[in-house]
Amino acid sequence: MARFAPGDRVFVREAYPPGHIRTPWYIRGKSGVIERVCGEFRNPEELAYGRDGTPRRTLYRVRFMQREVWDDYAEHPGDTVDIEIYDHWLEPAA
Amino acid sequence: MSRHAHEHEHERHHAHDHSHPPQPDIDSGPMGHYQLMGAALGELLIEKGVITADELRATIELIDGKSPEDGARVVARAWTDPDYRRRLLEDGNAAVDALGVEMPDTHLVVVENTAKVHNVIVCTLCSCYPRMLLGLPPDWYKAHAYRSRVVREPRAVLREFGTELPDDTEIRVHDSTADMRYLVLPRRPDGTEDMNEEELAALVTRDCMIGVSSPKAP
Amino acid sequence: MRGIHDLGGLPAGSVDLEEHEPGYWEKRIDGIRLLLADRKRRLITVDEMRRGIESLGKDVYDRLGYYERWTASVTGVMLEKGVITTDELGRKMAEIEERDKARLERAGSGDG
Repeated sequence: MARFAPGDRVFVREAYPPGHIRTPWYIRGKSGVIERVCGEFRNPEELAYGRDGTPRRTLYRVRFMQREVWDDYAEHPGDTVDIEIYDHWLEPAA
Repeated sequence: MSRHAHEHEHERHHAHDHSHPPQPDIDSGPMGHYQLMGAALGELLIEKGVITADELRATIELIDGKSPEDGARVVARAWTDPDYRRRLLEDGNAAVDALGVEMPDTHLVVVENTAKVHNVIVCTLCSCYPRMLLGLPPDWYKAHAYRSRVVREPRAVLREFGTELPDDTEIRVHDSTADMRYLVLPRRPDGTEDMNEEELAALVTRDCMIGVSSPKAP
Repeated sequence: MRGIHDLGGLPAGSVDLEEHEPGYWEKRIDGIRLLLADRKRRLITVDEMRRGIESLGKDVYDRLGYYERWTASVTGVMLEKGVITTDELGRKMAEIEERDKARLERAGSGDG
């Protein structure tokens, strides 16, 4: 069961563990809105070390406003970036 | 790594600059360290029966057989068939499967350009790309400059491709970080009302489907 | 620590639009990786390959070409899993290098 639904506002955990991570550095600590629930997928952080990637994690597409991602964003204020992020990297925005 | 390989490696370090020029092919000079390693890996896997020479040959043929023509067929169908366009946006895998393109291990998300929104695709972490629809990615898609900059200054990057967008167009960047793959459905150019599906497909280039360019009427 | 591969937002120069057609050796490692990852074999996942690339170290990552990184990583994972051994790999590379030298000598004498 997905924790978040399209439209929910979420925070990306501001965490910097070592290892194989598919959450880009530039988006950690930022907040965005769930664009869609992609489904359940094997966890790449486990697959990377030869394990089976279970338990599966819910994957979301999260939409971020570029001007909130980059302090000095100089292009259109409505520009966005959509990123696929696994459930364990997301927290509900207060 | 053997001592010999280390020395070889060391020589390469001095011989090789940082711009990654196109790799010499096997016929043009002595094989590089990693060409030797790849050839050795292939031969060992075949000798051990892990893979067969025939499987490897067939897989390379499969790689050679994929090209942006497949993506262009999908776009042209979507431009001429509103029902297909709707299916493509709702369930990319099923829609491209109907045109003979199977994407068994990835989920296709088709993103549509409109008068207000322009989409562009990147993989900032590696080189995720809709290979089944577009073939192998171009060098720039895999290189540092595009991956670093297109998420932070997309308009400036598009300008380097000769693409100028209207000031009021919003750019939506899609960073392919996990199991989705993206294809941009570009806008059908004005003045193409009389063209058939095949003629339209010829207007749709690879770069239009990545989102760094837009199709032009002939 | 920020991964060497994790490039989004970093400063960089203009995009180099020059392209090259992938050579046989590049498609060969691509094909080997696809076969090793398929349902029949399941000897490597894409994330194992990425982890191998990300572990190359910054110096090597920046210096190697795209498919050179793939080769280093896929070969490394096959060594880790015992599909091949270091000794086999070293001997086979030396054997192929000798064949390659002989090929170049033949080509050289053919020209003269």
